[in-house]
Amino acid sequence: MSKLLKPFAPQLEKLERRLFLKRSLSLGALTMLSGCTLRDEDSVDRLLLAMSRFNDRAQAALFDPARLAPTFAESEITTPFPFNAYYEEPLAPTVDAAGWRLELSGRIDDKRPWRIEDLQALPQAEQITRFVCVEGWSAIGRWRGTPFAGFLRRIGADLSARYVGFHCADRYSSSIDMASALHPQTLLVTDFPGGSKYGAPLRLRIPTKLGFKNPKFITEIFVSDDNPGGYWEDKGYNWFSGS
Amino acid sequence: MTTTGSEPQDAAPPSPELSPGAHSVFVRLAHWVNAFAILVMILSGWRIYDADPFLGFSIPRDFTLGGWLAGALAWHFAAMWLLVANGLAYLVYALASGHWRDLAPTGGLWRDLAAALAGMLDHVPGRYNAVQRWLYLFAMGCIILAVVSGVAIWKPVQFQELTSVLGGYEGARRWHFAAMTGLVAFLIVHVAAALSAPHVLKAMIRGRAGQTP
Repeated sequence: MSKLLKPFAPQLEKLERRLFLKRSLSLGALTMLSGCTLRDEDSVDRLLLAMSRFNDRAQAALFDPARLAPTFAESEITTPFPFNAYYEEPLAPTVDAAGWRLELSGRIDDKRPWRIEDLQALPQAEQITRFVCVEGWSAIGRWRGTPFAGFLRRIGADLSARYVGFHCADRYSSSIDMASALHPQTLLVTDFPGGSKYGAPLRLRIPTKLGFKNPKFITEIFVSDDNPGGYWEDKGYNWFSGS
Repeated sequence: MTTTGSEPQDAAPPSPELSPGAHSVFVRLAHWVNAFAILVMILSGWRIYDADPFLGFSIPRDFTLGGWLAGALAWHFAAMWLLVANGLAYLVYALASGHWRDLAPTGGLWRDLAAALAGMLDHVPGRYNAVQRWLYLFAMGCIILAVVSGVAIWKPVQFQELTSVLGGYEGARRWHFAAMTGLVAFLIVHVAAALSAPHVLKAMIRGRAGQTP
């Protein structure tokens, strides 16, 4: 304590003590707010949301577009691969591939819808990578499909736009940043040897992001400069969710 | 907190700079910021663990923070910056000020441990016995392991070498849990010791050393 403040030491001490009490009370209040949904208009939720947006930017800065996700041997594949969605497995949709069309919208030059055969005729790539769920568990799987970057170029997507969004047949939705969309391991999967419940006829496989950023049963892809959010993202999960 | 301590209330207390065993303002601030950050990390971490309880048991919801997985993750990934920023500031301070010498592990651990277990070990604020020094080193080791394994879980692609060193993604999860377990074990001893020697707790709040009872 400085000489100047010394005469006021007892008062300062009392003040400090009061501040400590106040601090412990507000700590108690914070733990009371544990049921926050991140949508309430209170200051703690606003702070947590602001930190989540900060974490979006931090993760975008950490993202190296040339850095490949580790790949694994065939013997390491998890079988059966866990089914996961915002609903139980019996409710997974069965999409009629013959009548299905991939719709395109937003900042894309050629918005003609795609049939599944035409997507399957595009250059194919395969990967065995780790799928990491936001819940913590992980599983190693094999995915085959066309690299998303090549597809985006082919349809004349504005690659300087910020976001790529997805709408799905199961009313799911999600969106990713353009840099991650252009990553060489990001695939449009059209092959479902494990069964249609894993997202047939079309799903996204993006091993640089958490599982919920890998939408299944895709019906529409759009390119935008406004963050489209998504099913889980709008409920408070971190938007970028990169690995 | 009682408002009537053993110190005289009207007389000016000795200034902390002159008092042996005082904690500097920085050390006190860093301690309580760290305590808050660690508490948030542990309680929200327990809720995150519950989303996939890979060790076969769950933590009761009442002892977790965040309400549901998204809330717990939001707390966890907000408080991690506070924990890391505060921890780095503390390390820089400890090295620059020479405070690290007060905490550097010394001999006499078994003698002090025996005394501590017999309830005969004195706690003098700011002067650390061998048991404390080793315990604080252990706690810091746990925090560093928690941060490093946490980064490995968070970024298993961008920091894949780190994740690999920790036995891959699933290995890193187990290291992260082990670091938390170590910290909780430390906290049980640390809080029990602080409560059994209230003058030490007061010193960490007010900075001055109280009289040893």
